[in-house]
Amino acid sequence: MESFFVRFKNVLVLVAILLAQTIGLAIQVRRPIESGTPDSHQVTLIRYWVAAAVTPFERFFHAIGYNTRNAWSNYVNLRGVHQQNQDLQQEIARLRLEQAAFAEDAIQGHRLQALLAFQQNYIASTVAAQVIGTSGTDLSRLIYIDKGADYGLKPDMAVITPDGIVGKIRDVFPRTAQVLLISDQTSGAGVLLASTRILAILHGSSTGRVQITNLTADSRIKPGETVLTSGGDQIFPRGLPVGTIESIAPDPDHQPYTAIRIKPAANLSQLEEVLIITGTKSTLPLAAQKDLAAGASTAQAQAAAQAALKAKAAADAEAAAEATARSAAEVLSDRLPSLHDPNAPATPAAPGANPIVPISPAPRPLPTLHPDRYTPGDTPPASSLTPGARTHYENNAAPTPALPDNAPPRVVQKPRQTPQPATPAEPQN
Amino acid sequence: MRNRSYTSRRELEQHTFSPAVTLLVPLLAILLQSFLPKPFPRFAILDLPLIVVLFFAVSRRSPIAGTLTGAIVGLLQDALTNQPIGVNGMAKSAIGYIAASIGLQVDVESPLTRIVITFGFSLVNSVLLFLIDHRLLGLPDFHLLWGHELLRACANTVVAIPIFFLLDRSKRRD
Repeated sequence: MESFFVRFKNVLVLVAILLAQTIGLAIQVRRPIESGTPDSHQVTLIRYWVAAAVTPFERFFHAIGYNTRNAWSNYVNLRGVHQQNQDLQQEIARLRLEQAAFAEDAIQGHRLQALLAFQQNYIASTVAAQVIGTSGTDLSRLIYIDKGADYGLKPDMAVITPDGIVGKIRDVFPRTAQVLLISDQTSGAGVLLASTRILAILHGSSTGRVQITNLTADSRIKPGETVLTSGGDQIFPRGLPVGTIESIAPDPDHQPYTAIRIKPAANLSQLEEVLIITGTKSTLPLAAQKDLAAGASTAQAQAAAQAALKAKAAADAEAAAEATARSAAEVLSDRLPSLHDPNAPATPAAPGANPIVPISPAPRPLPTLHPDRYTPGDTPPASSLTPGARTHYENNAAPTPALPDNAPPRVVQKPRQTPQPATPAEPQN
Repeated sequence: MRNRSYTSRRELEQHTFSPAVTLLVPLLAILLQSFLPKPFPRFAILDLPLIVVLFFAVSRRSPIAGTLTGAIVGLLQDALTNQPIGVNGMAKSAIGYIAASIGLQVDVESPLTRIVITFGFSLVNSVLLFLIDHRLLGLPDFHLLWGHELLRACANTVVAIPIFFLLDRSKRRD
């Protein structure tokens, strides 16, 4: 018996170690789920020991690199900072205008949400942290940050950047914490397609791709569509950017579903600083309310400025039309020189004033050689006419019928007035 | 010329290492593996702990030492991930055992042998991880991408050769 153990001691040691680890794996996998912790207490303790041994060195190397980059960018490489500052000022101005454009809608939306008793979670407080390390393998998309339970971090808190969501806190140690990226195959998030409003579940894959695999083929879903968090996972607040749809293809592993690949909005491979959402509330934070109020006042000021501009533009248009009409009359008078009144007195222009161009009178027709009923000025006024009476020209054409006794006296046609010569019009200002 | 027996060859070429090297080199490998992918994301394709396990296993030529080295390094590696502790431990235990057993049979000092060993064991490590994750843990979405694994094996081989030569300086002959 002794010779058996001596002869096969190498294999026996291997089998024993493999068996022990297999049992350990089975215990970890079959462990009943406890709220708040991803691992059992013993496993958490092992992870904590290893993290406590490794992260100080990571923190040290990270500090060296960070301070070097900081010193270089803040004290040495300042070329172009002035231009960058100007660009940022312009961008701030542009964003203020955008904010003003959205402020009214946002206020109205909040009012309607309150009216309908919608529950909405807004980010109330965040903790900024720096990424100091990774899991070291591409089979586990995990990063380590330099903040832990000392800063109030807890498992399942959402981790974001200004660009988009990053992941969630997995395990928390006193001075460091693990962040499970959304590209890990064990992570997931509830998302919403921005334009089609389709709800879906996003998860990572073993290759590090972020994808949606619970939707069937839909012609409304197009590449380039923005994906937002839906808030249904109780981790990420609603409306945070996730990414854009990169491609849509049939999923060979899960027919008839499609594999919708997402390009994350945040650069998950090179994260430097992240924000951990430590608190949410149902009302807008004070700073956001102030921003909205400022945006609304800016929008009102913009509207007033636009109204003033419109009024000014209308006045300008009216003046331009008047000037155009005036110039048309001038052109007409230039083309018809006979209409100029040679007897009109010349009015000298006052010194320093614009020369006043006299407006020619409206042209009048020449005297008619053979007047008829259509000749201007030959028609009597309507008040002087009698119903049934004949005019001067009709009397010449046909015999006059006998009038009844009660008929009004016959109107005598007035002689046609000869057109008077044109009188000069008074100059207009 | 006198023929060397199995025992005499092992006795002649078996190396030992100082406790500091034995302790610090695996820790340094794990530390670098954890830190370097942050500034250089493509570094995650490498497996420095695997290279260290291979080096100590073939240098000591002891299957038990190779198994223990692989188990400890693998467990430490697992503790930094979100995988259950033991996935890398099991894979690297087996690799340490097999590498030490091969080291008893062939000359592992030549660069060609080291290239073949590193390349081959990188692939074996990938296959073992796939089997553990897919079969033992039942992760259905875990796939073995051969192109990626071949690239990983090539990258590990390229990095392992200078590391082996560097670590050769820490050997102590008994």
